[in-house]
Amino acid sequence: MISLSRIRREFQVGDERVLALRDVDLTVDTGEYIAIMGPSGSGKSTLLNMIGLLDRPDSGTYLLEGEDMTTLNDKQQAALRRHKIGFVFQFFHLVPRMSAAENIELPMMLAGFEAGERKRRVHEALEAFGLTNRARHRPDQLSGGQRQRVAIARATIMQPHILLADEPTGNLDRVSGKDVIDILEALNQKNITLIMVTHDPELGRRAKRQIHMVDGRIDSDR
Amino acid sequence: MKITDIIRFAFRASTGYPTRTLLMLLAMAIGVGSVVILSTLGEGARSYVVGQFSSLGTNLLIVLPGRSETVGGPPPLLGITPRDLTLDDAMALQRSSAIKYVAPIALGAAPASWGGREREVTILGSTPHLFQVRQLTMALGRFLPEGDASRAASVCVLGYKIKQELFGNASALGEPIRIGDRRFRVVGVLAKKGQSVGMDMGDVVIIPVASAQALFNSASLFRIMIEANDRDAIVRAKETVLRIIRERHDGDDDITVISQDAVLATFDRIFTALTLTVAGIAAISLAVAGILIMNVMLIAVSQRRAEVGLLKAIGAPGGQIMALFLAESAILSIIGAALGLLLAAAGTWILTQIFPDFPLIVPLWSLWAAVGVSVATGLVFGVLPARRAARLNPVLSLSRR
Ligand SMILES: Nc1ncnc2c1ncn2[C@@H]1O[C@H](COP(=O)(O)OP(=O)(O)OP(=O)(O)O)[C@@H](O)[C@H]1O
Ligand SMILES: [Mg+2]
Repeated sequence: MISLSRIRREFQVGDERVLALRDVDLTVDTGEYIAIMGPSGSGKSTLLNMIGLLDRPDSGTYLLEGEDMTTLNDKQQAALRRHKIGFVFQFFHLVPRMSAAENIELPMMLAGFEAGERKRRVHEALEAFGLTNRARHRPDQLSGGQRQRVAIARATIMQPHILLADEPTGNLDRVSGKDVIDILEALNQKNITLIMVTHDPELGRRAKRQIHMVDGRIDSDR
Repeated sequence: MKITDIIRFAFRASTGYPTRTLLMLLAMAIGVGSVVILSTLGEGARSYVVGQFSSLGTNLLIVLPGRSETVGGPPPLLGITPRDLTLDDAMALQRSSAIKYVAPIALGAAPASWGGREREVTILGSTPHLFQVRQLTMALGRFLPEGDASRAASVCVLGYKIKQELFGNASALGEPIRIGDRRFRVVGVLAKKGQSVGMDMGDVVIIPVASAQALFNSASLFRIMIEANDRDAIVRAKETVLRIIRERHDGDDDITVISQDAVLATFDRIFTALTLTVAGIAAISLAVAGILIMNVMLIAVSQRRAEVGLLKAIGAPGGQIMALFLAESAILSIIGAALGLLLAAAGTWILTQIFPDFPLIVPLWSLWAAVGVSVATGLVFGVLPARRAARLNPVLSLSRR
């Protein structure tokens, strides 16, 4: 359960103030599938980063599962990102020197998991995402679709409650984009909250709830 | 996060950028290597000089004409030159019970010739006791004969090198050689012995002191070498020497007595200071290596901004990112230090090949100091880049703005 009320975020660009989020109110229930759409610069990514605890609001309150996020320190927020939130990015952001398996393992390494548990989960994930025979490949040896699948495996390896995807198909062709959406929707079927930013209206229509943002505000929410 | 994972991650990160890693390792290795090699050289020079002085003889005192130390009081009147040391002065010293041997030394140069070969040689006029005082050994024959020191006997003892140059492989014992306008009979040849400070005993001709004084037409001595009875007698012997000479020189303190211990101690201090100075200068190169580490790590942080942002997004707190980057610079400096020690070992080996006689001892402290300083440098100079990484804004790092 995500609950944002009167969330405001300003950026100072030179002399100008840019209001990226203007007192946004939003409530998301567990297991929802939401597409966020809107023109460029309307604040979609900023909203997603806010929900993902990568950014802090200038004002307003954010409750995640009833807990106030705005009062947490960096370390506590990092712990929540580690365990409750998974990110998928447009540019994959895989560590280039690491193999697919090692990239997937990374969050568990940071969390200090035992080697046996790590191996077991990585193995399962590779299988689930059809990457078993790509396990030892480095990102530059993988196709875009495979890279995004590695990134999704990494985002879900800690079994988060929320999956945040910022234009996950933005760098993919139609076929592998469709693949990725299928995977994300399958994860949503297993009761993971899925919030996805997209420019593609067709993809947006697949979501059960569609949010349109204009100029830092939620323009429509259906 | 497990410590082994931190180390593995940092290690992989540094091998991911081989050029910058090699550069850093090189800088660190040169720094550490130069500290160790230079302090080894300094330490070697110290033990060389100390060894040379010890080989002069034991419980040694050297009496020089003229005062070289000031002890306060009014300055001596201008125009008063110190009295020369004479053979009688030397003989008078023999009275002291603290003194075992007295060897007066008259020094000069003169041409020496035998059978058509001639060369300029250093002539050392002394008494039979020089043999004990300088701990000489004979190769052939015997040393100067005992007897009245003021008698100018026409005998000589050749240094090893002089014998070779004048006689070659021919027998020298009993042969007459010409020194200046006099003839001397060779009674002995000194054994080959390493060089010792001040004088190469292979390159001298030793004749009775009175003969040398006659040869150079001078009554003054170059110096008097004295061996005290034992270690405890050195101070007493020194006082006695000063007292006897003062009496003989109308109450003037116009000589200087150097004890070997004092000289040794002084050299020891000088060379230790020198070693530390040189090591300190070399340590500057470690600081330079540290600054290079900082630079390279700063570049690494900005190259890996997206990676840092990603680590934060998947739940790494700032402290963890700091630890990862610090571990990276620590690992680099430890490996660099290890390479530096190898470099030092290779350097010392090459030096021992070039100067086999020079005692090269790697001081243990220099190993600890070099490695300690390099690791500390790596950590200290790694802090700033690591902090910068830890404080990166994840949103900005992940965006392609
Ligand atoms: N770090 C920042 N500094 C200054 N301005 C920023 C910063 N981040 C976002 N903005 C501004 O805030 C506004 C919203 O940005 P945001 O990235 O959320 O837009 P978006 O809807 O995701 O756009 P796009 O579809 O192009 O990704 C924009 O005007 C942007 O210029
Ligand atoms: Mg965006």
